[in-house]
Amino acid sequence: MTNPISINEVPVNPEIIQDEYLIYKKPSTLTDKPFHYCPGCGHSTVHKLLMELVEEIGIQSDIIGVAPVGCSVFAYDYMDIDMQEAAHGRALAVATGVRRMLPDKYVFTYQGDGDLAAIGTAETIHAANRGENILCIFINNGVYGMTSGQMAPTTLAGMVSTTSPFGRDVKTQGYPLKIGELLSLLPGVAYVTRQSVHTPTNVRKTKKALKQALEYQKQGLGFCMVEVVSNCPSNWKMTPLESLKFVEEKMIPFYPLGDLKVPGGK
Amino acid sequence: MGELKLMKGNEALAEALIRSGCDGYFGYPITPQSEVIEYLSREATARTGMVVLQAESEVASINMIYGAAATGRRVATTSSSPGISLMQEGISYIAGAELPCLVVNVVRGGPGLGTIQPSQADYFQATKGGGHGDYHLLVLAPYNVQEMVDFVKLGFELGEKYRNPVMILADGAMGQMMEKVELFEQQTRKTSFADWATNGKPKDKERRIITSLFIEPERMEQVNLNLQAKYKAMQENEVRYQTMNTDDAEYILTGFGLGSRIAMKVMELAREKGIKVGLIRPQTVYPFPYQVYKDIAPKVKGILDIEMNAGQMVEDVRLAVGDKTRVEFYGRMGGIIAEPDEVFNYFEKVFLGDK
Amino acid sequence: MTEEAIFAGFGGQGVLSMGMILAYAGMIENKEVCWMPSYGPEMRGGTANATTIISDTLISSPIISKYDTVVALNQPSVDKFEGKIKTGGTIIYDATNILTPPTRTDIKVFGIPGSETAVNLKNIRVLNMVVLGAFIATRHTVKPETILEALKKVLPERYHNLIPLNKKAFEEGMALIKN
Repeated sequence: MTNPISINEVPVNPEIIQDEYLIYKKPSTLTDKPFHYCPGCGHSTVHKLLMELVEEIGIQSDIIGVAPVGCSVFAYDYMDIDMQEAAHGRALAVATGVRRMLPDKYVFTYQGDGDLAAIGTAETIHAANRGENILCIFINNGVYGMTSGQMAPTTLAGMVSTTSPFGRDVKTQGYPLKIGELLSLLPGVAYVTRQSVHTPTNVRKTKKALKQALEYQKQGLGFCMVEVVSNCPSNWKMTPLESLKFVEEKMIPFYPLGDLKVPGGK
Repeated sequence: MGELKLMKGNEALAEALIRSGCDGYFGYPITPQSEVIEYLSREATARTGMVVLQAESEVASINMIYGAAATGRRVATTSSSPGISLMQEGISYIAGAELPCLVVNVVRGGPGLGTIQPSQADYFQATKGGGHGDYHLLVLAPYNVQEMVDFVKLGFELGEKYRNPVMILADGAMGQMMEKVELFEQQTRKTSFADWATNGKPKDKERRIITSLFIEPERMEQVNLNLQAKYKAMQENEVRYQTMNTDDAEYILTGFGLGSRIAMKVMELAREKGIKVGLIRPQTVYPFPYQVYKDIAPKVKGILDIEMNAGQMVEDVRLAVGDKTRVEFYGRMGGIIAEPDEVFNYFEKVFLGDK
Repeated sequence: MTEEAIFAGFGGQGVLSMGMILAYAGMIENKEVCWMPSYGPEMRGGTANATTIISDTLISSPIISKYDTVVALNQPSVDKFEGKIKTGGTIIYDATNILTPPTRTDIKVFGIPGSETAVNLKNIRVLNMVVLGAFIATRHTVKPETILEALKKVLPERYHNLIPLNKKAFEEGMALIKN
């Protein structure tokens, strides 16, 4: 990897760098390490949203994150907070250990579909069923990204992956798993919402959902999951723009956006 | 002198967990050690505020231990052989992330679902790593109910000293039998925590990351070298064993845990007949007390090792002794415990010839 | 002094608690004690036993090849453990329900009407205390009054109303040997 040019090395007119001209900035709670994510990937967006909230709410010293195994395995390189790296699928068990030791802190997991809905299904369902006061951020892009494009539990029917090269055959490879709907049935679960980051409007909605979930956690309401229907241009073999179109036209019709469960609601 | 009680090994161990100021226990029931989680569920939270949680599986419980240990708290789990096998992934991560914690294996006969009767067949798994990667647990092998208590306190202390997981390698008999125990005083739970613990990023300090992932091989090798240096320090400082009647001994009996108890009886039987027999009993099976065997080997006519397995610790004894003396082995498997008489007969046969 | 005994019978006959009471009593008298039960599915209706060792010195193996004393409350226990008694050792068995008594001549054999005595006390559940009385009268491992002290420790508080009955059973058991 070549070193990116540091901001300090870019020749700019110092007169431009004035607070009154500032229209966009990286939150202070993100480290200076450049993201390793592929161009167009939703992970970086969700990382940024979460860290913006940590900065805005002022909880940098009060939050512990648990990273998964998957593309976001290095989430702790970017989020400038105390973090733990979990084994594949075990993030919610690890987070349970943290939660039980630190009842007054914010605790979240950041997991992909393979981690959360395949190898970690038992940990996911039981942490939710115990009503662990944890925020689970679930990035659903229907594919195993880190290991280069194998079928995930959430891969759409007919969708091509390296292990479903002729399209996912539900008769032999099972159906795409709607884990959000499944969890919303459990009494210990306070809030399940499905969002996306494929348009600026949806990015704002996702941030709002994350903020809502952190607020519920502060109130001690129980398990919250924010599912983000996301993209994987590299493994979907698409350009970033094509992948956003796929999210809109294929993913969201099967994984419709919106709240699946709200506190006191259905 | 502390409080004296008659207690079952499993319950004594649970009581010791509470008294050692343990902050959290995460476990899953399995015979022959379910009394531990039952006892803790009854007693612990009301007395010290300790968290006791029954997880959905051993896979989950060891990962809860990972998360909880990473906050710098004193945490423990207990299980028996099949459950410990399920935990091996998590134990490897804990060793890699250098988290102190206590894991207790009340061993039963295997392989597979095996039997619920006592066994020592998990020695290799406990002492040579168990999961993937080059790592070691510090392994304590209690031989009576008193050590089921004492090793809890010692185990937490050693774990925190070395930032390493510690295992108590017991067996079904140690867990189920009752003996007189002296209990140590209730220790207060910790209120300050190690610098590396993830309790929320301190203001104006670097964030803490608990991980065993170091993707660059050069860095990963350095992590391994650091681990090896730690194990070497354990070998230099933490070897523990007990000897009995070794001064005039012509033969040595040895074994760990239950095996050493049987060896004691065989020693009594031999001494009654005027045969000069001594005993060496490792209390730490990792680090293993190689030196004591090495030193005594040239002075004796032979060593008989007694284990409830097919011969596991005997490999370490042979490694220590080389060709300096004869090393014989007597073992029973599958939950059968060797009786003192059969071991004594074997001892006579191999060392004194058939009479 | 070292007493290596085993208490054996059907699950539910109270053989485990018999050994436990003896172990408690040993501890009260500042002796070394070890109580090692059989465990597992056999506890449910099958045979159960508890090796109980009381000693003035450090106890070695909880696993015993040859016992000083065997206490047997059912036929399978006699069949299983008669051969595991030291020469000169003792077997105490419930003659009410054991129809094929021990046959060894190099051991002391005490067949006592244990169940009959318990039934006469209108509670078969005190069989174990009757037999423990006989054991103490035979072996003198601990003082009889220490057994009664230990009983209070072993018996959950909610059953302490049964202590007088258990005491009577224990005394009648001792009397069976003395007479």
